[in-house]
Amino acid sequence: MIASPNGHQNGNVGAGDASYVRFENVQKSYDGESLVVKDLNLDIPRGEFLTMLGPSGSGKTTCLMMLAGFEPATHGEIFLNGHPINNLPPHKRGIGMVFQNYALFPHMTVAENLAYPLKVRGMSKAEIETRVKRALDMVELPRMAGRRPAQLSGGQQQRVAVARAVVFEPDLVLMDEPLGALDKQLREQMQYEVKHIQERLGVTVVYVTHDQTEALTMSDRVAVFNDGRIQQLSSPQALYEAPTSSFVAKFIGENNVLSGRIASIEGDTCRVELDGGGTVGAVPIAVQGIGSRTSLSIRPERVVLDPGPDVPNGLDGVILELIYLGDHIRVRMDVAGNDEFIVKIPNGAEMRPLERGARVRLGWRTRDCRALDPVG
Amino acid sequence: MTDTAMSGPASFADAGRTRDPGAAPLTTADGLPLKAALRRSQRRLRLQAVLLVLPLLLFIFVTFAIPIAMMMSRSVQNPEVSEFLPETAAVIDDWDGEGLPGEEVYAAMARDLATGQENNTVGRVTARINREIPGARGFMLGTAREAATLQPPYKEAMLAANKGWGNERYWRLLKRETRSITPAYYLLALDYEYDSNGAIVKRPENYQVYQPLFLRTAWMSLVITGLTILLGYPVAYLLASLPLRTSNLLMILVLLPFWTSLLVRTSAWIVLLQQQGVINDLLVFSGLLGDGSRLRMIYNQTGTIVAMTHVLLPFMILPLYSVMKTISPSYMRAARSLGASNFRAFVTVYLPMTIPGIAAGTLLVFILAVGYYITPALVGGDSGIFISNLIAENMRGTGAQVRLAAALSTLLLVGVLLFYWLFNKIVGVDRLKFG
Ligand SMILES: Nc1ncnc2c1ncn2[C@@H]1O[C@H](COP(=O)(O)OP(=O)(O)O)[C@@H](O)[C@H]1O
Ligand SMILES: [Mg+2]
Repeated sequence: MIASPNGHQNGNVGAGDASYVRFENVQKSYDGESLVVKDLNLDIPRGEFLTMLGPSGSGKTTCLMMLAGFEPATHGEIFLNGHPINNLPPHKRGIGMVFQNYALFPHMTVAENLAYPLKVRGMSKAEIETRVKRALDMVELPRMAGRRPAQLSGGQQQRVAVARAVVFEPDLVLMDEPLGALDKQLREQMQYEVKHIQERLGVTVVYVTHDQTEALTMSDRVAVFNDGRIQQLSSPQALYEAPTSSFVAKFIGENNVLSGRIASIEGDTCRVELDGGGTVGAVPIAVQGIGSRTSLSIRPERVVLDPGPDVPNGLDGVILELIYLGDHIRVRMDVAGNDEFIVKIPNGAEMRPLERGARVRLGWRTRDCRALDPVG
Repeated sequence: MTDTAMSGPASFADAGRTRDPGAAPLTTADGLPLKAALRRSQRRLRLQAVLLVLPLLLFIFVTFAIPIAMMMSRSVQNPEVSEFLPETAAVIDDWDGEGLPGEEVYAAMARDLATGQENNTVGRVTARINREIPGARGFMLGTAREAATLQPPYKEAMLAANKGWGNERYWRLLKRETRSITPAYYLLALDYEYDSNGAIVKRPENYQVYQPLFLRTAWMSLVITGLTILLGYPVAYLLASLPLRTSNLLMILVLLPFWTSLLVRTSAWIVLLQQQGVINDLLVFSGLLGDGSRLRMIYNQTGTIVAMTHVLLPFMILPLYSVMKTISPSYMRAARSLGASNFRAFVTVYLPMTIPGIAAGTLLVFILAVGYYITPALVGGDSGIFISNLIAENMRGTGAQVRLAAALSTLLLVGVLLFYWLFNKIVGVDRLKFG
């Protein structure tokens, strides 16, 4: 596969491209008392980079372990390439895996680590050698073949782990927080490298992380997990711009929340009476109907100060704090009873000076304000 | 730090200045050389460390180093002849060792015997010589009793008194044993001896005891070590992979043997294994064995191996457990995701990663086993005893040969050190993990 990025797709004729991996009503319980994964349904097309994103304990690793075959599903069925795999042992699934601690075999050299899956498959010495070399070139570590994992830096170990997971040309690679142990700078660099390798090889990747930036930058689609359920499954852009629940809005990116009650619904907009006073327009996404409680979600960069007459939703706020960040200024305000209301103001030429304690008018476009399920 | 206006202590500014190469030797703020200042500031700490370990060092010196040094020196000492036959020792050196010695040697012997008889020390030396020349004790004591009345020429008088004085071997032995250091006990411990001409030869077949026993001790210790690995490995694995609460319970079961007396445990094996014991009774009762063909499972090698494997098992399980505890399950998972079957993943990934534990356990168990005493003594019978049992035998009783026991012990110690060295060569002791 490293030689021919399209090679793996040959085996795929006729198999439903729409779902290479399929979770069907999968449930998982470890103790027989509580469900860690609750009714999971997920279709992953071939070649997709899908990220499972969610807070710690939300069941992401468990899903990955069920897919890899290390944990049995308590209920439901998992399909790989159209075949049910619940009874297939892990070593027959042909799924590459990258672990958080890399799990490089410490008693083998880098080359031996990479050769391991090839040797298991009974390849010839020469074949193994060329493939290992190719894999090392791919992760830009051609001279590390003779080293032991302990002699490599964290980033190098990470690359070897990725190389080992793809060297036997699996169609599916699972990664469980593979960058979690790296420092921030290296992590960002590795995000791009992993993404590039995935694109080059065309493999399907299921990636687990609790880091939303990682999920947004790398994925084709993101499944946001919470409490054993997928809260939202969409592209990174949709996830950020069109969250469908308060949890997702809060979990992805920065988010301002205003609580209120639905006053009226007309077509695809609604009016919301805020608890802190005032009425604003919003897009109803997850609301029960007129009179029900809701939480409004507005991104900090979508709020404008001193809105012109074309901006319909105006409120007054008091500046509590100003943080200078170079390209933009973060303003913390007290708006409609929420004293954690954040506004990001680009540091443009015509920006007017702001002062702490000043009272300013702010507003946003109706479509930037989403009425979601009530929190708290 | 380059900001000299900073209100930091003077040494800060100093530290900044002393970085340039070629500057004067580093000094502290008040002009002391930095090295001396550092040494002085650390001396207190070092002194404290020494004081902390001093009691233990003293204890080890008195109870370990000194006794071992004494034992080793004893194993080569040979004082009897030179100490209790001083005049003979002085003149026999001039004798060329051919035929019988001259009159002056007999005369010196007569005087030594007279002195020995007077001081009651003659028995010591006769016992020593009698071990190599049976019967020597008899004629020496006989002549000693009449030594005071012997008249010159002593050679004739003594030859007339007892034919033994005409034994050339006897005199050659005396000449040899006047040296106060002898390898004789080491030769004996390896089943060699001096022949009548003073050449080193193998002892007769039926006197060869120690060498086979050394080999048997080593071989049986290896078997026991192997058994503890076989039995301990799965237990340690279970301990390391179970949830903590269950594994703690199991760990108590593993440690239980440590809380019961060794004697009790060994006696329990006797109750179980003896011919009228529980296991034989059950076998006979269930009809698997006839009453006449009860198995001999104790007072032989089987007994020693079974009981010692049990006794030493924890010493294998604990280091194994401590190594396995640190092996994340993700290694096995990685191997399996890469296509290895459970068995292959175990052999190629898990097993190699536990080698430090296996090695540490092997070292512990083997070295403990080689020197084991109580269990082989109780359940070993004749064929299942270890070298330490013979060492103990040589240290007490009337026929005590403390010097031989010392030589045997020293050889055992050397053997253990040799094993350790070999082990270090092969496995590398710095890779071991004891817990
Ligand atoms: N082997 C296990 N045995 C029992 N409970 C487990 C096991 N693994 C995970 N859990 C529980 O399942 C829940 C989800 O865990 P996990 O899938 O690891 O979440 P995530 O990877 O999203 O952090 C957690 O509450 C965790 O305590
Ligand atoms: Mg996890």
